[in-house]
Amino acid sequence: MDFGFTNTEWFFGTMIMDKLNEIYGFQVVVNNLGNFAMGAVLTLEITFFSILIGMVLGLIAALGRMSRMKIINFISVSYIDFFRGTPLFVQILLLYFGVIPLVFDATPVQAAIIACGLNSGAYVAEIVRAGIQAVDKGQMEAARSLGMTHGQSMRFIILPQAFKIVIPPLINEFVMLLKDTSLVSAISAHELTHTGKMLYASTYQAVWVWGAVCVFYFIMTKVISMLGDWTERRLAT
Amino acid sequence: MKKYLSLLLVLMLSIGMLAVAGCGGEKEPSGQDAGQEPAITKLVVGSETAYAPFEMVDEKTGDYIGFDMDIIKAIGEAMGVEVEIRSMEFTALIPALQNGQIDCAISAMSITPERQQAVDFAGPYYDSGLIIAVAKDTEGISTLEDLQGKKLGAQIGTTGADACLSVKEKDPTTEVKTYDHVGEAFMELQKGGVVAVINDFPVTDYYVKTEASDTVKTVGEIFLADDHYGIPVQKGDTATLNLINEGLAKIKENGTYDEIYAKWFE
Repeated sequence: MDFGFTNTEWFFGTMIMDKLNEIYGFQVVVNNLGNFAMGAVLTLEITFFSILIGMVLGLIAALGRMSRMKIINFISVSYIDFFRGTPLFVQILLLYFGVIPLVFDATPVQAAIIACGLNSGAYVAEIVRAGIQAVDKGQMEAARSLGMTHGQSMRFIILPQAFKIVIPPLINEFVMLLKDTSLVSAISAHELTHTGKMLYASTYQAVWVWGAVCVFYFIMTKVISMLGDWTERRLAT
Repeated sequence: MKKYLSLLLVLMLSIGMLAVAGCGGEKEPSGQDAGQEPAITKLVVGSETAYAPFEMVDEKTGDYIGFDMDIIKAIGEAMGVEVEIRSMEFTALIPALQNGQIDCAISAMSITPERQQAVDFAGPYYDSGLIIAVAKDTEGISTLEDLQGKKLGAQIGTTGADACLSVKEKDPTTEVKTYDHVGEAFMELQKGGVVAVINDFPVTDYYVKTEASDTVKTVGEIFLADDHYGIPVQKGDTATLNLINEGLAKIKENGTYDEIYAKWFE
């Protein structure tokens, strides 16, 4: 499939391509596409592992919040309130420079995952709780009258139904989380925004560098929301 | 299929917008240098006000203080113009100049060939240089060569970061961590996340003396000795450039410069 020009040239038309090539900012972006891509991959990695941590913590905290045991309830509510009530940026700085060094020697990326995961967990908890409470009360009563314990009814009857309800808000949370990972550039995790910062500091091409960073973020969030739409359709009955 | 099409459309749109913005930005006249120069009555000065002793915030009053602040205020006084300090990120200073959001910047900025392509420099007004800082108990580091293969810290967009990257070029196993402010690099050094921080000598020296004499030390010689701080203005803005240079000459002549120098460095 050789048409005598490269794909990009075909896309823009050779004329426009020539014009663009004269612009310094455009060259900066094109020459650094690999760096942007590497940054984007790290952004995805941080997001992925944060989601994992967030899902586990969120489920535990949601159940804990609805628990009748005072201590568990108190711990869950405190956790959710703290991470929802303070800025993620401040949490990242506090965790990386303050709390985590007391426990172990974390790399910026590890700290970023921990901070984003903890933060996300608090939001996921509220989403899951809303989902569980949205399941009709009669479902729990019916399950209990069939002789299931509270735990069994939760696991086999309520949670599967709640799962479907929480998919859209969860996807929304993942998209927010992916965008929020830009904050970890402050602790030198070399993700997409940090890549942009470094490039911007040496080239001063604000529009081009930050524009390119935007395009990369947009592609990633769009893919996540498309995956979400697909899952929603698959689960629709 | 429709989904992908809309994605493609949005992509093309954003790229198109970028192209338009990029073209427009380059041609736009700089505002100030249009024909007859109106007399300058006010200088809007950008500075990254987290770089003691050159620029910092007075904890008691909340004012911006430091060597640079005194210098630019003295220049303003000598030339009879008002000075307004605007605090911003270091990496934002040159773009802000290019967009005409500020008239000049004073922020311990070294004059480098790369920066000179983007802006014009008044001055120089201070001779600096780089130094390596390590934890107090670190032994065997005194030159850039000793840093190869180690974890290094610096502030994004500074000559110190360039020096770190030059080490990484010689030995790719070197890891360079860069931060928005040098204070975070120092914090990283204190908690052991990096072995050394490369930064401007007077700033590192001030930090060690005032904050971290028990935990951090400077090692080796000051390098990059032809490192001079300048006051950048928008490229082609000769009116502001001349005003600052004239003011600088005046305060050097009448002894104000020496007074300010003595106040901060002796």
